[in-house]
Amino acid sequence: MALLIEQALNGVQLGFTLFLLAAGLTLIFGIMGVINLAHGSLFMIGAYAAALTAAKTGSFLIAFPVGLVCAAIAGMVIEFLVVRRLYARDHLDQVLATFGLILFFNQMTIILFGRQPLFVEIPSWLEGSIPIVAGVQYPLYRFVIILVGLLTAVGLYFLIARTRIGMLIRAGATNRDMVRALGVDIKLLYTIVFGLGAMLAGLAGIMTGPISAVQVGMGEHVLILTFVVIIIGGVGSIKGAFAGALIVGVVDTMMRAFLPALMRHLMASGSEADALAGGISAMGVYLLMAIVLLIKPKGLLPAHG
Amino acid sequence: MADIQNTVHKVAPAKPKNVRSHLLIAQLIVLLAVLPYLANLFGQPALVSLATRIIILAIAAASLNLIMGYAGLASFGHAAWYGLGGYVVGILYRHSVTGDPLFGLPIGSDQMLITVPAAILIAGLFAAIFGSLSLRTSGVQFIMITLAFAQMIFFFFVALKAYGGDDGLIIRRRNALPGLDTRDAMVWYWICLGVAILWYALLSRIVASRFGRILVGVRQSERRMAAMGVRTYPYKLVAFVIAGMGGGLAGALMANHMRFVSPDMLHWTQSGEFMFMVILGGAGTLLGPAFGAAVLIGLETVLAAWTEHWQVILGPILVLAILFTRGGLSGLVRLVRGGRDD
Repeated sequence: MALLIEQALNGVQLGFTLFLLAAGLTLIFGIMGVINLAHGSLFMIGAYAAALTAAKTGSFLIAFPVGLVCAAIAGMVIEFLVVRRLYARDHLDQVLATFGLILFFNQMTIILFGRQPLFVEIPSWLEGSIPIVAGVQYPLYRFVIILVGLLTAVGLYFLIARTRIGMLIRAGATNRDMVRALGVDIKLLYTIVFGLGAMLAGLAGIMTGPISAVQVGMGEHVLILTFVVIIIGGVGSIKGAFAGALIVGVVDTMMRAFLPALMRHLMASGSEADALAGGISAMGVYLLMAIVLLIKPKGLLPAHG
Repeated sequence: MADIQNTVHKVAPAKPKNVRSHLLIAQLIVLLAVLPYLANLFGQPALVSLATRIIILAIAAASLNLIMGYAGLASFGHAAWYGLGGYVVGILYRHSVTGDPLFGLPIGSDQMLITVPAAILIAGLFAAIFGSLSLRTSGVQFIMITLAFAQMIFFFFVALKAYGGDDGLIIRRRNALPGLDTRDAMVWYWICLGVAILWYALLSRIVASRFGRILVGVRQSERRMAAMGVRTYPYKLVAFVIAGMGGGLAGALMANHMRFVSPDMLHWTQSGEFMFMVILGGAGTLLGPAFGAAVLIGLETVLAAWTEHWQVILGPILVLAILFTRGGLSGLVRLVRGGRDD
């Protein structure tokens, strides 16, 4: 039972990490109509910036804003130099151009920091575990990730539903020509939204750093999971991204945690059961996506209708 | 959503027989056929292996072009079929060596006439399954979902420890073909060239047929096709399956060429490279993907010989190519083929 709760929380924690990425990606897609593969690179940039700053200064509190700022700046530079020219293009061009960016960022990271993964220590004041319910301890740091994700989700909701910039974002997603016609500097708005999305990706990268290795290519795996989240939730919908991220996070974690034991129970040969369980749990979320797609081709909570 | 169908790469539909372009293709085939001799003459025998690789990748790119260039369906998972084809050859070879049964059947072969058709069929079968699901979406979802399904197949083979998992499978000897020595680099080159010519001929027939016209119609306006009374889904699915089969064919040849298969063949960057080959060469042109494959692999080879960190140069080149050339070499190709210049 304790294990079940712990794994469920791990799933929620992965879910919130995915939500940070999916929210940025789907926001950018919903408003600018751009599909940005380099979103995973922004995740990596946030993680590297924070990891390197933490190693230099020894302070997570300094590393955290540095990571955010670096990811946001990188995002805005990408928008200004490349993505801005892709708004009017079809998705294929967007995918290919941002694919080229990934090659560049990954190789540049290798040149600058090498192939060796960086390991980031959990700050001392976030170490240890806290009791969740009677008899169940949960690592404090992972709990903080959940809290940060939750706070970001709430903050994002208020930003979009309650502020002027949020109103412009919603208006831009509904009818961008009309917003432009009303005299809003749409270029600036786009750059800000892109920077915001990049910052969310960077935040996910910073928080993930201490619980997994910071290395080249870390962004791509999580990017493809983020795509699954977006397809399940519905493209362009932040609510969908939230639901999809939690579903994917929990399903993925639970399958990895419990499928091997279940398979060993059902099958005679232990090693075969492990191999099969490993395969199925790696494919699990993609199968889930296929099932969702069969029932609701537009995702669970599509943006429009 | 209309933007994905109305891709900017305007395509000249199959044109009436054109003597000039036929002559050009004949010249190209002759040039390719004597290429091994030229390579040896100039003391560059390694070029034969490189050219074989380009020809095999050109088969895969041309297959992707059928759905991406002609039908406007941007699949980001083409490496799945390519890798599946490779694994069929690898697994059949493994069983022919060990003699172990597969699914309880005494399956296993190192005969190219068996392994390659098997690879094509298996790739086509899986393309049918995943295509039928993926084609329920369109636009950006289609891009994402084909990527995700390909990733699923990638993880399946990474987890498949019985066939090497991460490390892949080594094929000690190239598959045999009666009467030919496939282990000879030049013979192997001609075999691959022959297969590629047949595949391109088949694709040119498909594109020129009513079926091909409907695919172009789907790209231009799916709604218009529906209004004309065409149910587009079966056409798209059949095209997707043919593309998958072509990917499987290329994978089977590549597994033989490298004598090795690994999940790398299924990696999503491989899918991205196929897309680049199509776009650089010119989407929706018959020979475009072949030029694209040659350009991309040539560029990679030159840059890799120059620096270990070649991707840091290739990446921006590709970005610039997409941003500023609008369809890469396609304009050039169209000009050479004497098509309309639009």
